Amino acid sequence: MLRYTVRRIAGIVPTLAVIVTASFFIVRLAPGGPFDLEHPLPPQVRANLDRAYGFDQPLAQQYLRYVGHLLQGDFGPSLKQRDFSVAELIAQGLPVSLTIGASAVLLAVLVGVPLGMLAALRRNTATDYGIAGFVALGIALPSFVVGPLLALVFGLYLHWLPVAGWESGAPQYLVLPVLTLALPIIAYVARLMRGSVLEVLRANFVRTARARGLGELRILFRHVLRPALLPVVSYLGPAVAFVITGSLVVETVFGLPGTGRYLVQGAINRDYTLIMGMIIVYGVLTLVLNLVADLLYGWLDPRVRHD
Amino acid sequence: MTESVVGAQSVWSSARRRLQRDWVTIGAAGVIALIAVVAVLGPLLSPYAYDALDWRHLATAPQSSHWFGTDRLGRDLFVRTLFGVRISLLVGLLATAVSLVIGVVWGSVAGYVGGRADEIMMRFVDVLYSLPYLFIVIIFATVFGGASLTGLFVAIGAVGWLTTARIVRGQTLALKNREFIEAARATGVSTPGILARHVIPNLVGPIAIYATLTIPQMILFESFLSFLGVGVQEPLASLGSLINEGAQEMQSAPWMLVIPAAVLLVLLLCFNAVGDGLRDALDPREERLRTEARQ
Repeated sequence: MLRYTVRRIAGIVPTLAVIVTASFFIVRLAPGGPFDLEHPLPPQVRANLDRAYGFDQPLAQQYLRYVGHLLQGDFGPSLKQRDFSVAELIAQGLPVSLTIGASAVLLAVLVGVPLGMLAALRRNTATDYGIAGFVALGIALPSFVVGPLLALVFGLYLHWLPVAGWESGAPQYLVLPVLTLALPIIAYVARLMRGSVLEVLRANFVRTARARGLGELRILFRHVLRPALLPVVSYLGPAVAFVITGSLVVETVFGLPGTGRYLVQGAINRDYTLIMGMIIVYGVLTLVLNLVADLLYGWLDPRVRHD
Repeated sequence: MTESVVGAQSVWSSARRRLQRDWVTIGAAGVIALIAVVAVLGPLLSPYAYDALDWRHLATAPQSSHWFGTDRLGRDLFVRTLFGVRISLLVGLLATAVSLVIGVVWGSVAGYVGGRADEIMMRFVDVLYSLPYLFIVIIFATVFGGASLTGLFVAIGAVGWLTTARIVRGQTLALKNREFIEAARATGVSTPGILARHVIPNLVGPIAIYATLTIPQMILFESFLSFLGVGVQEPLASLGSLINEGAQEMQSAPWMLVIPAAVLLVLLLCFNAVGDGLRDALDPREERLRTEARQ
């Protein structure tokens, strides 16, 4: 297990190197640059700026310099948001994004798992079909539709919750963004859970448990739950990627000061260092959380032995 | 070879039989066809252009002269929504085509050639997989799109091919040791020849299934990008950009949000239904497993 973990962590490094290299050159070879303004800068100013940021050197040399700084933990200054380093911008926004994302995944598991179990236990009843309808809708509805609609209903019509804003994470400001982000994951988790509970219920060890006269609830929680959770755990990796992209929408819709907007702004403005910083942070986040999901899977399923 | 062709035909004809009984799939396909016809003909018959300003009707609610109302600049939302649907359908088809071409070539070459090449090619796919999808689309779209619709479509298609490549590679691995491939190799057919004549034609079934499920994904990508403002640019409209504009005006003009959102939802649900129906029809094994699971 330990050896496997170490090997997987070591595997992240080359993947990350590929990501950094590929995105550096794609971003840099794209037409346009951070200093291409609507009113072109005077050539002398432009040349000074280019020299200050090292853009007058050959691209390969700039790449080496960037990687050198990166290895020392330096993401460089933002090219567009003057007076801010990329690290500062990310440090400001990331706690917001992580709060929203983690709450959404947690909520999705806490709601989706019981919902799926309920559907499986009441299969082919009105409850099951109701949940199936909710699942179909939850998967088909994109978050940029759900978000504004929730804000419209609960914010503007019912006045239950604020329409947008953050207010340093006050709970009522969290509800709608987290709900928007969690809804499709709840749907997926419920669908996966329904299928796997039905499958496990047919297994021989469940029949044995019934034959031994164990109560249904005890069978469900002691014998069925753990193996039935496996598909949900392996979905958590993709769910993380989903939450990260979904947070772009949610942060836009609800005006949250997270990191999502930096990616879009950075790409539009050709803020090279900011885009690169975002790609690296989100890349590391995805890779590490995928690894955690895999390790969790191995811990839940003793048949999986990493060696 | 003959054997597999006969098999393929019977798969298709039994698929058609199953499809004819599947009213949900047929109904969903009908709705898509209807929306497509209206989207193509509607703007031609409407007195308004998608970018024409009507100063007497600024942000008006739906009424007889403007069926879906107008936006803040007085542009007719019926025509703009239909233009958005056109773009959605176009991106669904073109981006799916791009992703299919890349995915099929990549997957079949990796699977057939095997060895070191396979390892490197699939490792590349894994790396791309481990990144959040839309992330790369955003960068591609701002880098290569922006200027033109074609650039946007290619950008979206260029990141949608990963799953296709995996599916095709898996199927190719299963095919490559079959006798007819061996026979082709023995008679000296070149590797590209074998891939084009013998491997890919035998993969049409799974590819078709996956393609119909890719279309709604691509539509979703485009709307997502346009919603964030990096997709289709003004004065053109896309369902995503209309939803974004509507979300900003929802307090005073909720129809600007609700109508394009509803249209997008209907399109996505219908495409998903058709994809699921096709999968059930072409892959009866899957269907049997599902009914078993339902019991």
